[in-house]
Amino acid sequence: MKADIPAVQLERVAKRYGAVEAVRDVSFSLPQGGRVALVGHNGAGKTTLMKLMLGLARPSAGRLLVLGRDPSEGAAETRRRIGWLPESVTFNGALTGREILRFFARLKGENAAAADAMLDRVGLAEAARRRVGTYSKGMRQRLGLAQALIGAPRALLLDEPTTGLDPEMRQGLYDILAGLSGAGTTVLLSSHALEELEGRVERVVILDRGRLVADGTLAELRALARLPVRLRLTLAGATPPDWLASAGGLRRIAARAVEIPCAPEDKMALLRRAAEDPAITDIELQAPTLDELYAHFLRGQGGERGGTA
Amino acid sequence: MNAALLVAGKEVREGVRNRWVIAATLLLAALALTLAFLGAAPAGRVGASALDVVVVSLSSLSIFLLPLIALLISHDAVVGEMERGTMLLLLSYPVARWQVLGGKFLGQVAILAVATVSGYGAAGAALAVAGHDVGPEGWWAFAQMIGSSVLLGAAFVALGMLASALVRDRGTAAGIAVGLWLLMVLIWDMALLGLLVADAGERITAGMLDAALLLNPADAYRLLNLAGLPGLGELSGMAGVAEGTALGPPVLLAALLAWVLVPLAAAAAVFARREL
Repeated sequence: MKADIPAVQLERVAKRYGAVEAVRDVSFSLPQGGRVALVGHNGAGKTTLMKLMLGLARPSAGRLLVLGRDPSEGAAETRRRIGWLPESVTFNGALTGREILRFFARLKGENAAAADAMLDRVGLAEAARRRVGTYSKGMRQRLGLAQALIGAPRALLLDEPTTGLDPEMRQGLYDILAGLSGAGTTVLLSSHALEELEGRVERVVILDRGRLVADGTLAELRALARLPVRLRLTLAGATPPDWLASAGGLRRIAARAVEIPCAPEDKMALLRRAAEDPAITDIELQAPTLDELYAHFLRGQGGERGGTA
Repeated sequence: MNAALLVAGKEVREGVRNRWVIAATLLLAALALTLAFLGAAPAGRVGASALDVVVVSLSSLSIFLLPLIALLISHDAVVGEMERGTMLLLLSYPVARWQVLGGKFLGQVAILAVATVSGYGAAGAALAVAGHDVGPEGWWAFAQMIGSSVLLGAAFVALGMLASALVRDRGTAAGIAVGLWLLMVLIWDMALLGLLVADAGERITAGMLDAALLLNPADAYRLLNLAGLPGLGELSGMAGVAEGTALGPPVLLAALLAWVLVPLAAAAAVFARREL
């Protein structure tokens, strides 16, 4: 596969199950080595999109290519290069973690040693000989990650990968993903925990009821949304200075602290003024969170469309 | 093909872990040993060899038990993994759907074969150890009985898989499995007998009866073992049917094979079209 063609490419893809339109008219593409988050409510179409990319379902309309081929052909060579972690992954509880991972490794043409090394990498080496039925939710999730990561995938599709993982393991996962995408693997992950995506993905695709409502880098989406920045000011006295009190939207959040929203273009002027005023002892700047961005795009969906990064 | 063998290996491993293999083996061995020693006792008096009696009684047992075990294992094969959510992940791997189905079939038949060969083999070995005189013909009949029993089991594994590939929930698959067992093992013969009696030889010809027997794998198996093998016909009381039929062992064997392959192919076709 050539280096310049996208790893995943969707053109006006739609999928309906009977009367339900799970995905409607979605187009985007993921570059090789990209790290992208797919964000949306339950039922927004994230899992359906992944199934389409895996060739487990055929699009009702539109065209999609994964690693340069139509996934519904089911080409073994393509499938060997794709790792998938399903949402709330399950395994047959009667087998041990090692047996399961070795089975999946062999299906992808890897040997048993690679499977054992991967178990070690996700921290399951000690539990490898135990039945999966005795595993905790986090351990099953780690086994799910292990099977997705095995065989040096060129594309990784992770459906809610961090559910059930403790913070340390979460960090470990993001480190692994950063390493993989640095080596050219495309990572697409869906998530509910928007806050933790900050700084860990390059791009966010927001879906709502099967439609793409926004697609861009976090900075682009912020610029597009024009959400107000919030300034938190700590005051020397109990009352805020007059110039501040007359500004709109002032909100008292503690005895000596206030919060004020301000449009992105007014931010610097406000900061300079606050910095010069001795009545203000501390300034804290809060950029709009991903949650707010998300809420904004879902509210505005239908009318405006996201940028095309 | 390699992928299918991997799936088969996993199926056997799960069968061992879930105690299916051991339970089926023990059940078959216990019943076979009981029949062998109860059945061998009067053998001297009627002039039949001990093993012949065992072949007849074991094949009667197989007709009831092997389809039941086969359906119990196989009805869950597709729909169970779908419901547990393990099938989707498997199908995202470089393995075709027919390979998944074929692998599961091979694995489950292997489980049945191990149980049958070791369970019934134990009975044969016990008779030999107990000093019963068995000629090579007797052993041949015994081996044929074991082989055709595995084939009978395979036919019902294939039928169970077809049911499993067709339905959307496990309960329905289990219901179909029970229904299939009742129909093929119990009701079919009774209905056939009732028809023959009611008809009193007016309209039903020997050819129609043959067709009716081939339409049920359990009957094909019964004819093959109880009537088709030389010297066993008189013992089993099936001699009458055997004489009236034009069905020789090759036809019966072919029928059993068809009962394995046709449902299996149908299951693969249904599964290939199934929306996940």
